[in-house]
Amino acid sequence: MIANYGYKDGSGEYYISIDTDKCIACAVGRACLDACPKQMFEVITDDYDDEVIWVKKPNCRTLAYDCADCKPASGYTAAALPCVAACTPGAIKHSW
Amino acid sequence: MITAGIDMGSRSVKVVLLDGDKVKKAHLMLPGELDADQAAEKAYDDALAAAGLKRSDVKAVFATGAGRKQVAFASEGITEMTAGAKGANFMFPNCRTVVDVGAEEGRGIKTDAEGRATDFAGNEKCAAGAGSFAEAMSRALQLTLKEFGDASLKSDKTIPMNAQCTVFAESEVVSLIHSATPKEDIAKAVLDAVASRVCAMVRRVGIEGEVVLIGGMVHNDGFVQSLKTAMDVDSISLPEMPEYISALGCALIAAERQH
Repeated sequence: MIANYGYKDGSGEYYISIDTDKCIACAVGRACLDACPKQMFEVITDDYDDEVIWVKKPNCRTLAYDCADCKPASGYTAAALPCVAACTPGAIKHSW
Repeated sequence: MITAGIDMGSRSVKVVLLDGDKVKKAHLMLPGELDADQAAEKAYDDALAAAGLKRSDVKAVFATGAGRKQVAFASEGITEMTAGAKGANFMFPNCRTVVDVGAEEGRGIKTDAEGRATDFAGNEKCAAGAGSFAEAMSRALQLTLKEFGDASLKSDKTIPMNAQCTVFAESEVVSLIHSATPKEDIAKAVLDAVASRVCAMVRRVGIEGEVVLIGGMVHNDGFVQSLKTAMDVDSISLPEMPEYISALGCALIAAERQH
C-alpha cells in the first residue's frame, strides 16, 4: 500500500509517501528512523500484521514546518533528503 | 457466525452486526458525552439488544475510526482506509476508488478487486475538506444541512472560496451574505470548495474504475453534484447506508480472520 501522510493547504502540498510493500522487507534496519532530523517516523504493525513505518500522527499536521530544514531552499535535492537517502528500498518519497 | 464492526467516528458511533455476509443490525449513536468508552459500550449493547443477541453470541468485534483504540472490548483495531475499502468493495465489487468524507476527515482510497486498500491520501490537518465545514457554513446561512444541499443545486454560479480554514471561510460567507449574494450561490460555493479539497486528495491516489462515495456527506445531494463536477466523472456510486460502510468493512474483516 502507498500511504500518503500530510496535507495540502493554501501554502502548498506536503505529503510524505511510503510504499509499505517495499518497507516490509527493509534491508537497512529502518535507517529512516535515525536519519530524520525530527525523528518523525515510527514503526507500527499495519492492518495486515506487517511491520512498517509511518509518520507520527502529530507530525502529519505540521510537515510544512517539521520538514522546513529539508526543503530545496536548504540545499537538498529530492533524492538527497535524509529520509529518502537512508531508505535504500526506495519506499519513501516526498511531494516537494 | 456473528461478527461486529464498530466505527468510532469523531461525531458518532456506528455498529454493524454481521451474520455471515448478511447485515443483521446496523445501529448509530451520536455520543452526547465526551467519554468515548461509554459511548462505544452503549452503542454496542443497544445494537445487540435490537438484534436480540448477547455479547457471547458474537465471535469477534473489530473497531475502526479515529477513536478505535478506545473500544476496550474490541479484539482488533483496523484503520479507516482498510475498513472503508473493504466495505465499499463489498457493496460495489467493481469499485476501485473510494472517497470517504465524514464529519472531521476526508480521504481518497484506491482499492484492488479484493477490497484491499492499495493507496490512500487523507486530509489530516483540518475540517475544511469534511462534513463539519459544510455544517458550520450551513449554520452561518441559517439553513438545515438538507436545505443547504438542496439550495446549492439551484445555483449555476461559480464563486471561488479562497479561505483554507473553517474560521476564515465563515468570514468569507458572512461577506457574501452582506453583499446580498443569494444563499443558493453561497451554498454552492461552499460545497464546491469542500469538493475541490476532497478531489485534490483523491487525485493524489488517482481516479480509477467505479468511484464510490462513503460517509455522512453522501446525504448532501449538493456535495455529491459538486464532487462529480470536480472529479470530472460521469457517475459516483452511493451506498444505501453510507455512514455504516466502514463499520461494515470492519465486521467483514473480522469474519475473514476467523477462518
